[in-house]
Amino acid sequence: MLTLTADQYVSIAARHPHVVQPRFWTVWRMPALAAATAVYLLFCWWVFGIGQVLANTNWQIAGSYLIQWVTYEYRPTISIDRDGAMAVTFPRFDPIGPNPKPDWMTVEHTTMERRIAAPTPAGATTGGFMPGGSFMAPGTAPVAPATEPTVRVEEVVKRAEVRFSADARLVATPDRIVVERKGEMLVVPLGTGDNVRPAGPLPAWAEQKRAGDRIIVAFGLAGWAQIDGGSVVIHRRFPGWANFIFDTNSAFFGKSSSEVLHLLISGDRLDPTRSNFAVAIDDFLHNPSWQHLDVWTKLLETVVMAFIGTLFAAIVAFPLSFIAARNITPSWLANQTAKRFFDFQRSVDMLIWALFFTRAFGPGPISGMAAIFFTDTGSLGKLFSEALENIDGKPRDGLTSVGATPIAVQRFGVLPQVLPVFVSQTLYFWESNTRSATIIGAMGAGGIGLKLWEAMRTHTNWPNIFYMVILIIGTVFIFDTISNALRSRLTGGAQL
Amino acid sequence: MPMRLSDRATLMERHWQAQARMRRLYSVLGIGGLIVTVALSLWFANEANAGKFFDRLPHFLDFTGDLVPRDWLEVGRAMFDLPSPYDDGSLKYNYPEGRTYLTSAFYIPEYIDQMAITLNIALLSTVIGTLFGSVLSFCAASNMMSNRLVRWPARRFMEILRAFPDVVVAGFFLSFLTVGPIPAIAAVSIHSIGALGKLFFEVVENADMKPDEGLRAVGGNWIERVRFAMLPQVLPNFASYFLLRLEINVRASTIIGAVGGGGIGELLRLSISQNHGAKTIAIVILLFGTIVAVDQFSAWLRRGLVGRDAFLPAT
Repeated sequence: MLTLTADQYVSIAARHPHVVQPRFWTVWRMPALAAATAVYLLFCWWVFGIGQVLANTNWQIAGSYLIQWVTYEYRPTISIDRDGAMAVTFPRFDPIGPNPKPDWMTVEHTTMERRIAAPTPAGATTGGFMPGGSFMAPGTAPVAPATEPTVRVEEVVKRAEVRFSADARLVATPDRIVVERKGEMLVVPLGTGDNVRPAGPLPAWAEQKRAGDRIIVAFGLAGWAQIDGGSVVIHRRFPGWANFIFDTNSAFFGKSSSEVLHLLISGDRLDPTRSNFAVAIDDFLHNPSWQHLDVWTKLLETVVMAFIGTLFAAIVAFPLSFIAARNITPSWLANQTAKRFFDFQRSVDMLIWALFFTRAFGPGPISGMAAIFFTDTGSLGKLFSEALENIDGKPRDGLTSVGATPIAVQRFGVLPQVLPVFVSQTLYFWESNTRSATIIGAMGAGGIGLKLWEAMRTHTNWPNIFYMVILIIGTVFIFDTISNALRSRLTGGAQL
Repeated sequence: MPMRLSDRATLMERHWQAQARMRRLYSVLGIGGLIVTVALSLWFANEANAGKFFDRLPHFLDFTGDLVPRDWLEVGRAMFDLPSPYDDGSLKYNYPEGRTYLTSAFYIPEYIDQMAITLNIALLSTVIGTLFGSVLSFCAASNMMSNRLVRWPARRFMEILRAFPDVVVAGFFLSFLTVGPIPAIAAVSIHSIGALGKLFFEVVENADMKPDEGLRAVGGNWIERVRFAMLPQVLPNFASYFLLRLEINVRASTIIGAVGGGGIGELLRLSISQNHGAKTIAIVILLFGTIVAVDQFSAWLRRGLVGRDAFLPAT
């Protein structure tokens, strides 16, 4: 073997420099690529106004949406009347249920005498509904309290304490609200009208936009609270999903798992007409905040869409691919017609087919199915015909030479060679269509995609969205695994 | 004299017959099961659909007929924003309203403008996906990164990016960003990073390690090893995957547009749902032409880059 010593190399380089000199393009390729990319990115930054959009974005909202995927809130309101009577109320559909006694909240009650303005017929607040229409009649006495305020003894709250963490809590008493976090303290005296004026400077975790405005105190992931002149709205946040199994109006709500198990196995019937087990299943499936049955039905629609769409596409593409294959059908016109037909179907794209069929058949799995069927007839037909064009012609020659019928030639000379490829390609498309079915569903073809997209548009309900996303990812994973296992068995079988 | 089989051969024959029977049984069961599944699926799909298949089928052609424009020049007028002779002030014929004037005389027609935006979203997302994906791929490839603490998170991170359907990402970004192309860019980019990163790190793992050994022997650091040992080898394959992804992303950005991300996809959805025949056909022709052009261009480039064997089905 001829080898160059370093001296020889140097001497050749001295005599013929162009031989060893790298070409201009080889040297400047990388820097040019990098520069072009940088220029393009700057152009996009400008043309899409990315900097402006990012600057105007409220990233706090993004964070709060993201945290809602895996947490939930209870939202009690502590209201403080001018006479010092306090009350703790939960919203009607709060996930805490009808009889809240949370362990993160201590409420001390007392009784007090309250003067309550009795509802008078001429009450100013109900002016529009006055009987007799005396409001409009001239000469009648001006609106005045017709009766004395009644004095009633009521049970009211005198002190409420909400614990956010070991070192963070909010204590509300009739005359002031005290918030503690990490050893710092914020005192807001009450009774000065609607204005909120904190005593002392605000700590870093409290925010007030203008003097006298409401104060927002943040407790990190544990929640936040909003202090107004006469009320404190608490947002107490917990990790997890609220009431995932039983909703607040289920008989099983708020029971520990052992209690539920006991009820299911040996407890008295909650509903005399049905067994406890049937009640539990029904309550679970029709849980109003999670809609398990509906979500699962929609998921099944998506799966069916992908399955039928791919299967029918394969069934239709199978005979067409024989027409398109040059070596099977020796007619240029037939080959080209079939191939251009496949190209058309593929290139019109699933999106256009989906919109088209949604318009024709209405939203639902049939539209999605038809879209997948039309696109994949093209894709599978192209792949099938390419597989057919690459077969070994010898088995066919052999069969033809012994006088087999044309059908028999295809059946025994061609099919055994291509069937594993066909099935494996179909399985691969089935797998990827399970993914795409979600997306074309969101465009209106129905299934879980549409439900997911509708849930996303409301910008609330993030836990439900995450639930559906997990279901979709899980389903796609399961179908990937099944299809992979089938394909590897198939190709393994073909090698034997 | 009839041929007699030996005992051994009779046994074999019997076994073979039994196996063949079994096989036939399985085939029948399998095909029967498939037919039942298909029938149930079709019934279920028909029940779940808003319009029933056989009720809607006769109206299918009505709808298709609605899409036929009054005269075929209308399609050209819709595409290039020329005034229509049928203009009655309705949305159906207001073609010139979408013009974007560059100078007082020269304008870009609306659909071509929106198509360009959609294409640009796809290209930008693919570029972002390639940049981040290649960095991640070198961190995830076992031959370039011996540290498990880097490799494992890099791979899981890419899996998570890949797993989220891009509709979800787009919807999430739409919920707090102002309306515009950025949610679509974010959604398509995030998916591209995951998908390209995976393909890239497989390329890197299959690369020839000899140049790398050489660089390590002369004391090259990690960046230098990537730049001078790996990049020249993997760049053609990276470019080929970049082009494949670009084909996919053109479709994806159109679809994201149709569900609410703007661009040509949204216009198509609106014009189909409002029965604007000429507009719909103009957009479909534009989309069809663009998709075919991008596919052909990318196929031509890839053929030059890596040769015919790297032609994978684009899914």
